[in-house]
Amino acid sequence: MKNSKTSIPKASKMEKRLTEFLEMIAGLWQFQWQFFKQIFVPPYEIEQIRKHMDELGIKTLPIVSVTGFIIGLVITMQMHPVMVRFGAEAFLPGSVGISIVRELGPVITALIFAGRVSSGIGAELGSMRVTEQIDAMEVSGVNPFKYLVVTRIFACTFILPILTVYVIFIAFIGSFIAVVLVQNMSYIYYLDSVIASVEFGDAIPGILKTFVFGFIVGIVGSYKGYTATNGTEGVGKAATTAVVVSSLMILIFDMVLVKVTLWLWPTI
Amino acid sequence: MNIVVDIKNVSKAFGSHVVLDNVSLKVEEGENMVVFGQSGTGKSVLLKCMVRLLEPDSGEIYIEDTNVLNLSPKELNNVRKHLGFLFQGAALYDSMSVRENLEFPLIRHFNFTPKEREDKIKSVLEKVSLEEAIEKMPSELSGGMKKRIGLARSIITEPKLMLYDEPTTGLDPITSKEISSLILELQKSLKMTSVVVTHDLLCAEIIADRAIVLNNGIVQHEGTITELTTSSDPFLRNFFSHEIVEDQNRRN
Repeated sequence: MKNSKTSIPKASKMEKRLTEFLEMIAGLWQFQWQFFKQIFVPPYEIEQIRKHMDELGIKTLPIVSVTGFIIGLVITMQMHPVMVRFGAEAFLPGSVGISIVRELGPVITALIFAGRVSSGIGAELGSMRVTEQIDAMEVSGVNPFKYLVVTRIFACTFILPILTVYVIFIAFIGSFIAVVLVQNMSYIYYLDSVIASVEFGDAIPGILKTFVFGFIVGIVGSYKGYTATNGTEGVGKAATTAVVVSSLMILIFDMVLVKVTLWLWPTI
Repeated sequence: MNIVVDIKNVSKAFGSHVVLDNVSLKVEEGENMVVFGQSGTGKSVLLKCMVRLLEPDSGEIYIEDTNVLNLSPKELNNVRKHLGFLFQGAALYDSMSVRENLEFPLIRHFNFTPKEREDKIKSVLEKVSLEEAIEKMPSELSGGMKKRIGLARSIITEPKLMLYDEPTTGLDPITSKEISSLILELQKSLKMTSVVVTHDLLCAEIIADRAIVLNNGIVQHEGTITELTTSSDPFLRNFFSHEIVEDQNRRN
């Protein structure tokens, strides 16, 4: 009897969570559909897109700079003893470079971006929703989805690849400093080694997938904020869940995109 | 007199909870119509249905002979351009200064020169007596100032129809009276038609030409404020006795 009593609320709780999850997937799908429908309809809000790109880039620049530098430095320091063990010290700059360009640079930047930007968009739009600012915009004859959502998604999609290229560059600086510290290598040898190992084909899939990651950050943050309910509590929830969902989706899509890339171009 | 708003048999339910049940209402040109009712009786829902922020389940809503429920999004936006809506919390755009808030509808819908825009902004700020707030952000304004700026933003496009959702809620009696007088003054000078949802008897006394009382989703009573407040109907006596006590408390 006791078991059956406790299992009912658990089941209903799980059912509720599952329903919420499925509703979110359906909502995200509709949101994405609406985005693609409205993106080609004027006005194109170029000024808003430029403004958001500026803001998002500047907002994220300090944290991605520090992260990129530390990642490059730490990965190199961690890999050095391993490479020494295999007698492959000379390959250290190349192997670190490939890791950064192919995976670490894009994914770490996307995760930092998700943490910083997705929550920001969720909180900003959520607060606009619960204080009726979105309704006010709609009543004034302006399409709020176009003005607030499409512009943010667009800005996220195009600013993240630029930030990723920058982070990769900063990570190389960190890596170079580590190599100098642990191996006393000249910068010419370091550069030669990186250029010889990292090919153009390594960079392209890594950079291309950041367009998808940027889109995920924009759409999840906007969806969570735009559909926020229940006052300030709802705004907080929108900001938090935006980070969790977008980070998780970035990792899942990364896995899928790596598989697809290797399937399409096995020699890469 | 022309009928500016004609609501015919509008119903709206949220799940099994019926909020509006076959509500009909006519508002004449230049009239100030006040909508009374207890909390949760659907006053704000009715207002939001009029501009299709909420979609009614059935019925027809005509604004100047156009059934807004049959309009495409583009046509609806064209109708909305000529409406003003003052939200309960003023709904000023947080990220924009007062000037940008006021400029927003002008830039989006009209081809004014910067000089003409500036003149219009200064003129509406003068009407609400807040010329000095032009460069302030909404977070720097008091509740009453926000309401005034919200009002200025709503009238900057010179709408023919103004909708007010609880314009004096959360304000002290003096500010509440000032806002009510301002609404009346603007309505007269701009020759607007207004629909005002409120709980505030003082506000209604100042601005209402006619009022309705919503109860259980239907228009239960209609008349002037004097007719309603002096009615012998038990519901109205009960409703207004509470309002009068509350109003007297606020005045004291």
